[in-house]
Amino acid sequence: MVTLTIDGQEVKAKEGSTILEAALEEGIYIPTLCYYERVSPAGVCRLCSVEIFRDGHSRIVASCLYPVEEGLVVKTDTERVMNIRKMTVELLLARCPDVKVIQDLAQKFGVERTEFTLEDKKCILCGLCARVCEEIVGVAAISLVGRGTERIVNTPFLEEPGACIGCGSCAFVCPTSAIRMEDIGDTRTIYRWKRKVEFKLKQCEKCGRYWATEAQIEHMKKKTGLPGEFFEVCPNCR
Amino acid sequence: MPRVNSRAELEKLRKEIQEKRDPNKPCISVSSGTCGRAFGSERVYTAFEEEIERQGLESEIAIKKTGCLGFCERGTLVVIYPEEIFYTRVQPEDAPKVIQSVKERKVVDRLLYTDPVTGKKITYEPEIPFYKAQQRIISEANRWMDPRNIEDYVAIGGYSALSKAIFEMTPEEVLEEIKRANLRGRGGGGFPTGRKWETTKKSLGEPKYVIVNCDEGDPGAYMDRSLMEGNPHSVLEGLIIGAYTIGAHEGYVYIRNEYPLAVENLRIAVNQAEEHGLLGGNILGSGFDFRVRISRGGGAFVCGESSALMASLEGRPGEPRAKYVHAAERGLWDRPTNLNNVETWANVPQIILKGADWYRGMGTDGSKGTKIFSLVGKVNNTGLVEVPMGITLREIIYDIGGGIRDNKKFKAVQTGGPSGGFMPESLLDLRVDFDEISKVGSMMGSGGMIVMDEGTCMVDMARYFLSFLEGESCGKCIPCREGVKRMRQILTGITEGRGKEEDIELLERLSMYMAEASLCALGRTAPNPVLTSLRYFRDEYEAHIKEKRCPAKVCKELISYHIIDEKCPGCGLCVKNCPVEAITFMGKKKPVILDQSKCIKCGICFDVCKLSAIDVR
Repeated sequence: MVTLTIDGQEVKAKEGSTILEAALEEGIYIPTLCYYERVSPAGVCRLCSVEIFRDGHSRIVASCLYPVEEGLVVKTDTERVMNIRKMTVELLLARCPDVKVIQDLAQKFGVERTEFTLEDKKCILCGLCARVCEEIVGVAAISLVGRGTERIVNTPFLEEPGACIGCGSCAFVCPTSAIRMEDIGDTRTIYRWKRKVEFKLKQCEKCGRYWATEAQIEHMKKKTGLPGEFFEVCPNCR
Repeated sequence: MPRVNSRAELEKLRKEIQEKRDPNKPCISVSSGTCGRAFGSERVYTAFEEEIERQGLESEIAIKKTGCLGFCERGTLVVIYPEEIFYTRVQPEDAPKVIQSVKERKVVDRLLYTDPVTGKKITYEPEIPFYKAQQRIISEANRWMDPRNIEDYVAIGGYSALSKAIFEMTPEEVLEEIKRANLRGRGGGGFPTGRKWETTKKSLGEPKYVIVNCDEGDPGAYMDRSLMEGNPHSVLEGLIIGAYTIGAHEGYVYIRNEYPLAVENLRIAVNQAEEHGLLGGNILGSGFDFRVRISRGGGAFVCGESSALMASLEGRPGEPRAKYVHAAERGLWDRPTNLNNVETWANVPQIILKGADWYRGMGTDGSKGTKIFSLVGKVNNTGLVEVPMGITLREIIYDIGGGIRDNKKFKAVQTGGPSGGFMPESLLDLRVDFDEISKVGSMMGSGGMIVMDEGTCMVDMARYFLSFLEGESCGKCIPCREGVKRMRQILTGITEGRGKEEDIELLERLSMYMAEASLCALGRTAPNPVLTSLRYFRDEYEAHIKEKRCPAKVCKELISYHIIDEKCPGCGLCVKNCPVEAITFMGKKKPVILDQSKCIKCGICFDVCKLSAIDVR
């Protein structure tokens, strides 16, 4: 275990863990948009920036990536940190003025308006959807495409998402609800990538609930090696 | 060519090569780097070759294709050895005349270089001011070598640093020598090379890797290309010595695919070094194994950033990662990795051969040795220059560069590539030194040096560099992706007359934010052009914003062209050249009339008018 200080509070953390993980464990608030505990951190949104102090020097680091060190002093609420949060939100507010989570952050950090020309995007390119799709689902049906201001999230070569199993993990992790998902009757629709992608849902033999897409069940069969009957019923009825 | 299996065999080979060569035999050397080729050096070389063959002079006159000689703008350059007679602007038709002069040991006056400052002709290469004030320890060998012939490199002492390191020194002693020399990374950061090597050496994990970063991408800079094209063996030799020191047996050269000649010459060099037993298994019979692979980059500027480069090498998108854990501990494939720039590696053999004390004799307290700059922009002599650290900017620009073109006034010099800063006239006596340049808001960078004259608008220049960075930001982190875009938008607004007084404060706030919060150095240094232009040329921003005026008369939206009636004789030259028919001919001896509503402000009329009858306001 490593002992460090976050906002004056002594915190013990596992060696190799990050400042953010240590803070979350102790219930110390650090805002994030691109962080999800089940996938690898990427350091995209920089909202989790904190100031660290060592040997009389201080510097700004992304807490989702910075590994804890013995005796490290971390502050999450200095003026430098607050200025970074504010400017990040101001830039995001200009990019996605209609996104609720960003409006809420703006209110929280006292950003009343943005000085920049407004755009009307929903996606902040945090890449969580792509990371979940690759690291957890294991299909990598979508990824970040292109560079710089041209960057988007899309399918390989912008073609129909052939590898997508319609599991909806991307919609689940998306912090701005840029990826939308809807189940109506036996059909699941995912709205994103300038298209509508439809999947057939499978019914639970016991309770009759539509619980997963057919493609998703095929994927789970392959991944787990379990017999087909196992997937005839939903997790609740098993 | 047989394998060289020991130190003695290498020396024997060297002696044989040297004995074969007659130092007094005239040699016609054609500068054939990419820049030379652009001037047609290939045709010039063929013309010489054919003429020599026609006259049956093969045994009397040698001919050689070398890499870039630095003074590229005067190409095709031809040097006659042993006298070192220096010819510029040589054409294929000049071949018979030059060969005749070589036979008679005379000089072709017409092809000599004329110093634009004194107007005098200069015969010998070392006497040309452009070369005189330089100190070429790394780039000099380009002059003597056909980069595709390993014998040329061996003849001038090549690979003797390697054999010295392997047979006379322990890896620890080599490391100590590099540390004592205080060699600092030439890629831009100036990190002490010895310390980097030491961390990699001490880090746990096998295998260890060494990498050459040849992903040079700064606009107008080509130091690394020139070295890789002209003397790839010197880079390889440095790399092998580094690998020996660190304990690496695998290395990579990451090189831009846009440098086809450098890739080709490097590939030939690697093959020849392997054939000679200088690379590969059991190097020089010492038992040390080291293999090199060449990996070609796809053209993203950000791949010059070390962590993005490694991601690209691994086959992933070229995006940087946070460097809280250094590559020296966990780099390529999570193994200890030491990456250095081309020029840094090329310094290594020199230090091993001549010693740290010799190296420390050049430069300032904090920056030792020399630095190669790509001197471009509004100076009389542009090209690659190698200078000792500690030389002043003034010496580079005026003594080597020959001052500003067309008798205009100096305005600013930018070092460090697109995210470097501008330095004004008051800083011309600043010494070239990693720390001094950083202090004034710019950076050494990898060696780009762009000189600007009074006709340059600094706001427009800042806008240009930000638009370059906007296209090259990888887009991963928000401060860089969104910040660079917004900066460029604000700067464009100012240059187009839409600037607001609050813009300056917003630019400063954005700059602070990007410098602190960005993930990699690209984003962290991107505000430098904005910050330094605001620091040294704030009045220009204010003129654009408050008076809607571009003092340098560059920003199209803020200027207009006018005919000065008293000066215009109605010659009609501007009428003929105007691409949009905005100027009307009113008869001889009557001034022409310019229709402002049609004018696209291309400035052609201004350029073609011989009587200065056009005014820009």
